[in-house]
Amino acid sequence: MAWKRKDLVSMQDTEAAEITEVLDTAESMKEIATREIKKVPTLRGKTIVNLFYEASTRTRTSFEIAGKWLSADVINFSGSGSSAEKGESFLDTAKNIEAMSPDVVVVRHKAPGGPALLAKHLKCSVINAGDGAHEHPTQALLDLLTIRQKKGHLEGLNVTIVGDITHSRVARSDIHAMRKMGMTVTVAGPPTLIPPACQDMGVKVSHRLEEAIAHADVIMMLRLQHERMTGGFIPSLREYSRVWGLTLDRLTHCRPDVLIMHPGPVNRGVELSPEVADSQYSVILDQVTNGVAVRMAVLYLLAGSRAA
Amino acid sequence: MLDQAGLDRALTRIAHEIVEQAGGADLALVGIKNRGETLAERIAEKIAGIESKRPAVGALDITLYRDDLGSRAEQPRVRSTEIPFSLKGITVVLVDDVLFTGRTIRAAMDALMDLGRPRVIRLAVLVDRGHRELPIRPDYVGKNLPTSRKESVAVMLREHDGQDRVVIQEPEEGEPEPEARRAKMKDGRVPGTPTSRNEE
Repeated sequence: MAWKRKDLVSMQDTEAAEITEVLDTAESMKEIATREIKKVPTLRGKTIVNLFYEASTRTRTSFEIAGKWLSADVINFSGSGSSAEKGESFLDTAKNIEAMSPDVVVVRHKAPGGPALLAKHLKCSVINAGDGAHEHPTQALLDLLTIRQKKGHLEGLNVTIVGDITHSRVARSDIHAMRKMGMTVTVAGPPTLIPPACQDMGVKVSHRLEEAIAHADVIMMLRLQHERMTGGFIPSLREYSRVWGLTLDRLTHCRPDVLIMHPGPVNRGVELSPEVADSQYSVILDQVTNGVAVRMAVLYLLAGSRAA
Repeated sequence: MLDQAGLDRALTRIAHEIVEQAGGADLALVGIKNRGETLAERIAEKIAGIESKRPAVGALDITLYRDDLGSRAEQPRVRSTEIPFSLKGITVVLVDDVLFTGRTIRAAMDALMDLGRPRVIRLAVLVDRGHRELPIRPDYVGKNLPTSRKESVAVMLREHDGQDRVVIQEPEEGEPEPEARRAKMKDGRVPGTPTSRNEE
């Protein structure tokens, strides 16, 4: 049995055997979604707190469903409209929540390292649900589960991640996780959005979309986070879309069995044309479905980590 | 305790008893993973030889229904449940290799109830070794094996272990023999406490 950790904070610190353990467990969890009564008693009496300081619908809902299907009590705590606005520090809020004896705290925060800080200070399990531009480990796990289901294996596959790598926690978690699973990762995007340290993470860099996707088994399109595009990174949204948007026309140069993935939310017409988003290559909704199974697996495995 | 021929005869008898009691009713066998699943397949094969129809066979993983989660050193591996038919209104025979405390069967019944409402649930086990902790009783038994709590019963099936055999293993003081030790480690329990292969 590979899982021993109290927390899930980053893919960088997670080992290949642990990733496989989560994926195998998630595979078994998928069956519960097909039942008429979608509930098992596994985490009865456990409390999960969703502590979200940044906007999120998909991830928070996904954790909430995962917890509820496992019979845990799930409480949502959002940063806005709370004590944070009254001046309470992040750590104080977390300690107050811990005083109510939760078993797991799922945290999203704009500060990189926020979840790691909580993991250090709290006795309960902490799951990182996205910390700034740092990591989003459960997203990487659900991406791997989706790829493994569609391709049958992970090792040796070519993955191309396209878009704003600099600001993407999804890209960072994916790169760490995919490298550990023996996959080849290429990142592609305008030079302003590719961090200079990329090569240190063991990825290839390309500045031409056609070249980057020609041999890809999987293309991961990232959302252009226009709320972060205030620093003159790109000339204009339209130009970005023209150069880096994935269209059916560009797909004709790809492998016929290519998978198109996107962590959501999709900006239709910017990074993905609507025809591509709805095409047979797209597995975007499979990713969302797998997200629940992966989070059930992580909650199950973490719940066992603190036993006597 | 049982060799290949003995094990086969026991399954043949269980198959006949199931057919006799079920009559013509809708019947399905649900094996508890892992070895119960294999036994269910074998019994279904035998029933197909007696009746014209082979009963449906499903596999149940009870991990998510265990009553000792969180009290073990590590979380046991979750395997998938595969029951591709409706349980509503049918006769379900649960199949497992060893019946010991009854806790696995309690978990299995809870799991079945979540999946549907069978008309009847019955229980078939290859070995009943006693020491029940819950009011559970098998309907079909391959062999009653009186054991002490210290011993462990190993059911070996050729699909998993390369041979068909049932043996009682008595762990020696201090150093349990390798097979028993393996079973215990899989079980996540410390050596010396009760265990059985049917709980892995």
